[in-house]
This record gives sequence, structure tokens and C-alpha cells, in this order.
Amino acid sequence: MMSARMSTLARLRTDIDRLQGDADGTLSRTALGHAGADAVLQGGLVHGAVHEVFAQGCQSAAATGFVVGLARRVAVRRPLLWVRQDFSALENGALSMHGWRELGLDPRRVVMVYAHDVETALQVTADALACDALGAVVMEIWGETRQFDLVASRKLTLAAREAGVTGLVLRLAAAPSPSTAETRWIVHAARSPPVAPWQAWGAPVFDARLARNRHGPTGHWIMEWNCDECLFRDALFGDAAAHPQPVAAAPADRSHQAGEIAQWRRTG
Amino acid sequence: MGRGRPAERSEDGRVRGRDISRGCNPSPQPSPNGRGGVPCSLNHSQSDAADRPCIVVAKQNNALQIFALNDAAARLGLDVGLPLANARAIVPDVQVFDADEPADSGTLNDIADWCDRFTPLVALDPPHGLFLDISGCAHLFGGEAAMLETICRALTRQGFAVSAAIAGTPVCARALTRHVSGRIVREGEEAAAVQALPVFTLGVDEAIIGGLRRAGLKTIGDVAARERHEITARFGARFTALLEQALGQSDAPISPRKLPPDYMVEKRFAEPVATDAVIAAALSGLAQTLIAAMERHGKGARQLDASFFRTDGTVRTISVETGQPVTRVAVIERLFRERFDALADPLDPGFGFDLMRLSASRTDGVVEAQRDLDAHVHDNDELAALIDRIAARIGGRRIVVHLPQDSHIPERALLAVPAQHHLTAAAVAEWPARIEGEPPLRPLRLFARPEPIEVLFAEVPDKPPTRFKWRRACHTVVRAEGPERVAMEWWHGLREVSARDYFRVEDEAGLRFWLYRDGLYGESAEQQAGQPDWFLHGLFA
Repeated sequence: MMSARMSTLARLRTDIDRLQGDADGTLSRTALGHAGADAVLQGGLVHGAVHEVFAQGCQSAAATGFVVGLARRVAVRRPLLWVRQDFSALENGALSMHGWRELGLDPRRVVMVYAHDVETALQVTADALACDALGAVVMEIWGETRQFDLVASRKLTLAAREAGVTGLVLRLAAAPSPSTAETRWIVHAARSPPVAPWQAWGAPVFDARLARNRHGPTGHWIMEWNCDECLFRDALFGDAAAHPQPVAAAPADRSHQAGEIAQWRRTG
Repeated sequence: MGRGRPAERSEDGRVRGRDISRGCNPSPQPSPNGRGGVPCSLNHSQSDAADRPCIVVAKQNNALQIFALNDAAARLGLDVGLPLANARAIVPDVQVFDADEPADSGTLNDIADWCDRFTPLVALDPPHGLFLDISGCAHLFGGEAAMLETICRALTRQGFAVSAAIAGTPVCARALTRHVSGRIVREGEEAAAVQALPVFTLGVDEAIIGGLRRAGLKTIGDVAARERHEITARFGARFTALLEQALGQSDAPISPRKLPPDYMVEKRFAEPVATDAVIAAALSGLAQTLIAAMERHGKGARQLDASFFRTDGTVRTISVETGQPVTRVAVIERLFRERFDALADPLDPGFGFDLMRLSASRTDGVVEAQRDLDAHVHDNDELAALIDRIAARIGGRRIVVHLPQDSHIPERALLAVPAQHHLTAAAVAEWPARIEGEPPLRPLRLFARPEPIEVLFAEVPDKPPTRFKWRRACHTVVRAEGPERVAMEWWHGLREVSARDYFRVEDEAGLRFWLYRDGLYGESAEQQAGQPDWFLHGLFA
């Protein structure tokens, strides 16, 4: 009796596993470079799945930078298709290939699609995810949408799994909603670590929260994108490098010093 | 049965052959609701109106005059050119319609579309005529007489009055249609055929007709009997050339509306087809024949046009473009499927299509490359195919690659070009290298139009703002780097535009902006008290 119930349970489990379509151990992953995040992700970002990045409207550039970093890690030297909704470019500015170059990526491998609306973007993305010549497909959409529901999300996931192409969905000015994504990130910009006045500042630093992870725990890190080595790493906050939470405000924030810029590096 | 054939041309490059000229006179039945439609089917409710006098009037010489009329009106003594007032006096219950010349020429164009089913070379002869170059086509329709009969019957059935003729030169054929319908003139007999026709059939100016009449030359034969130099001296070389063409002594090619495609296949259906499955299957069959025809010459299609001829005369043409020459049937099928899915007004078979045609209007040579073990080559092909599919769906200009431009003005330093045509150019473009160890100096997101910001305080002469307001939110600058001066390109005549001082700034929340001051302090008197404007141009990651 007991064993019959157990076997039923085991059968159901395998059924669920089959439906979810992950044969354990066969998933290929890309390490992000950030030790903490890689540990939580069991080695890195899963290929052939959909990953979502959410951000508030004003944090669009930071979220874009984060997605660009993920795409670079996943696609390496393969072509990348970036599908963007027209409204997003109006609202946040268009993706600039010079900025792309400055982040250490190769603009020659990017093909950009201008989609009028979310529906077109979804169709194009689903089509592109089925093309295994691509390294990654990024879909950038703005605001809350009805069209990007569970069904649409599932379509993308299936297409991505079929061809093994990784899909990255950048949702700007949207709140996280249920989806079939493998991971879901919520990204803010983080302050540059304090440095001496003559030192360069302004490498992309992200406050990245892993809000959902289908195969493991979640987490929250401050990461820096290293433009020269093209990987994520821990942001070096001086001696506070180990702090996983945002550090206390730099002295520059204090109100009595508000009239003065704390750090001004002269050029030109 | 598809027939693959490259466009037929003789060695000397001229399109030779027999021309049908068709005068269609849409006027006898001025049915306003029939005009837009093609070869417009006549409203049966109006067939009794054929017995009532109807006229179409247009404003000529500042007065409304009869422009066209039907037989009933002609029997009552009305004529083209008669003022409307006179016409009303003669026939008080005459029905009057306004002339609509754009609609007329639209209808003529639609009829020409329909005539594409007989030959790819159709030329307009405004206002009411068409030339069809039928060299090499007539036998497909059972010979010249049968073809003429088919065309006339089909158009008559659709409510047009038709007058058609076949002759060796277009001018000769046109002159014949003005006299009597249905003449077929054999090669070399043109002069004899037009001998007895009145001179107005040549279709020249009223002034020349009047001049000829005054000189007592009533028929073309009379004119031809005179010495050529006399005629040229009196009426000009163009008239002589026209005369020679009418007599078949010289020929001028027609100028077809569309260039004949490089390859063309078509399928006729005894029973019209209307279901999607059959249409798709037929298109796939056509694609196979077309590919086979192109393969023999080592070509691939860069642009494909599918034309659907409906039984009621409407013709719909749908084109797709590709970046790489297409040599596979599956690719053609998929491209058209994408295109059909994305059509704003879907393909409407109505009562069915009785002819489908697939043509390759642009082709390229295909280099047969052996697939090596390097997967990279294959990847590029697949990417190109994906780009073609997306372009078929949303348009070629919406899928782009980027080329760097030799300019230091941020908004001009980049060019987005259609990926279909520039994929290889973009893959080898030279981008400026980044400086090792430096943080990004150019923003990841750039606004097409820099957004004005309100700077609450900035120290003169070249300090960054300490606070600024963008989109109603206030940002306090914590770090800044600059100025980086970008002067405008004086060699492009932009000397008047002031230089910009760019600053990279970070606010207290860690957001990084690219700001610039448009000009220097106190640079121009027009700016309020020498205060330059500030703009936000981009956002750093």
C-alpha cells in the first residue's frame, strides 16, 4: 500500500520533471563571474531558458547595462538579436553602440529590431529564439502589458529550450508578474565605490536582487561590470567589500555639503 | 502548369513583335459606383439605365462641356464638346455625372493590372488606351484571333466598351482601333490597312488635323502619298515619325508599366481556388518551378512578387525581399507565410483566384559553396534567413545593424542601416577601441533629442551643475567628470552652432547621466543674461 503510494508519487514527480523539461545535469550554464551569484545559480545562468530583468522607469539604463552584461556572458562571440519596443527608445533613449563598445562588447555582432508594439516584439522574439545561430535574444519592453502573460511567456520558454538559445527579457517600468522564466532579477543602479579624486569612477555598478530562481535560492548582491574582462564581480567598496547590502551614504550626501560636488575629476 | 521562361527579348535588345492596342471607353456607362473597382463589373440595376441618355461633364474652357456620353444620348443628337446648357435644352431629362479623371486613370491602371495575365509588357496609352506587347504570347491563348476575342469578350462582359486591334506597330494598331474593332493586320500589310483611315485616327493635335484637312489630306493614304520632306516642313518631324510608324515603316517600342521580371512562372486554374491550403500548395508548386528555372542559370531570387488574379478582375501583388539570393523552396514558402500573416488587409480571394503568378523581379548569381565543417558559415546563413523572415513580417527598415561614422558629434557617430543589405558590411566595420582601464566614457542609452534640464546651480565658468531637475525629479550631483568639449563641425557649415561641454555626473542614488552645456557663459547676447542652456543627452549604465 505504502509502496504503491510512493511509486505513484515518484511517477508524478517524474511527470512534472518531464513537463518542466529539465533533465538534471544536462543544463549548460554560463558563469557570471560574481562568486556569490554563481554559487546561488549553481554555476551560472542556464542556457536555453528565459531570464527576466525588471527595473523601475528611472533605472532603465542600469537595467539595460545589466542585461547587456548578461547577454555578453551568454552569447560570448555569437550574434545577438535585440528586439526593442519603439516606445522604450522614446522614453529611455535608444541603445547606443558607442556605449556598447565602452562596456567592452562588440557592436558588430548586434542586430537590432524595432518593434512597434509588444505583440510584434513577442512574435519576433519567439521566432528568433528558434534560430540556433544566435547567441542570445533580448526583448526590451516598456510598461505593464496584457500581452506578455503566462501563455506568451511559456511560448518563449519552449522556443528557447527547443533551440538552446537564451532569451533575456528586459521589462522597464513594470512590476514583476507570474511567468515561466528561469530567473528573475530586479536591478537598481548602485553608487560608485569611493575612490581617490584622481582615480576613475563610474564603472557600471548594479544593485541586483535575484527575486526568483527556479532551481535554487534567491539572493541580493552589489555587482560591478568589469568592462575590460567582460565579467561581473563584487563591487569593491574599499574595506566594505564584503557588504552584500548597500553601504551607508557617502559623506557627500550630507545636507550641509550639498552645495559642493564631493568629487570632480577634471578633464578636457 | 507553370511555365518558367526568362523574359523574351531579341538579340538587338528591342522588344519586337505584335502589339494589341485596346481602346476601352468607360464612358458609355458612367456608373459612379463602378469606377473605383476594376475592370468594373457593371451594376445590373443600372442596365435599364443604358436606354436613358447619360452624359459626363467636365469643365473645359471655363464652361461645363460634355466629356463623354452613352449611345442613347448620342442618338438624341448630343456630342462630345457640347456645352451642358445646350445639352439640357436638347434633352431636358438627361442624366448628368461629373467627370473624375483620377478615377478614370485609376480604372485604366486596374485594367492594365488585369491585362498582366496576357503578357508582362503592358503600357498605358492615356487617356483610354492600353498597349499589350503580345510577341510570343499569342499561341498560349490559341492564336492572335482567339486572344483578341478572349480579351474583348472578358472586358465587354465587365461592362466596358472595347475596341481592339493587332498590328506590327503600336501606332498602327491604335489607328485601327479608332476606326473599327477586331482588325488583325499581318506583318508588312500595315500601310494597306491604314491607307483608308481618316487622319484623326493617328491621335495627333487638333491643330495638325485641322491643317491636314485644310490641305485636302483627308486619309492617312493621302498624307503618305505626299513627299515626306513636305510633311515634315509643315507639321514637324514628330508627325512624320508617327506617320511612318502607322505605315509600319519604322517602329518604336512601347514603354511597359513594369519591367519584365527575370523569371516568371504562373498557374491557371480551371476552377477558381479560394481556400488557404490550396493557395499555399499552388504557391509552393510555383516556387518549385521557379527555383528549377533559376537553378539552370545559377541564380537566386532577391525579390519575389506573387500576383493573385481574382475572377472578378482584381489583382493583388505581394512582394518579399531577401538579403541573400534564395535558392530553396522552403525559404520562399516561409517568407510568404510570414508576409501573409503580417498583412494589414489580408489576402481576400473573393470568388477565388483563377491565375497565380510568381516572379523573381531581382536575381543574383549564387556561388555554390561547399559546406565545410566550420559551423560559422552555416550560422551566418541562418542569421540571414532569420533577418529575411523578420523583414518580411515587419518591414526591412525595422531590422537594422549599425555602422560607425567618422564624426565626433554623438548623434552623428552612428548609422543604423537595414540588416538585410548591410550585414556583411557591419560585420567588418571598424569601431573605435575603448581605453583600457577607463570606465565607460559614452552612455549606453542616448536620447535622439537631448532633453532640456533645469540647472539649479552651476559654478562659472566650467564647473558641472551641483543640482539639476530632469523630468520633474531633482538630482544632486555627487561626482562629476568633465568638461569634455565637443565643437561642432565647421566644415559642414555648423559654425554658428555653439560647442558643447559634456559632463559625466553621478547623483546620490547612483544614477549616471551625460549632461552638456550648450555654449559658454556670456557667449551670446541673445541668451538670457549670458546663461547657456543645459541638456541631458544620455544615461550611463
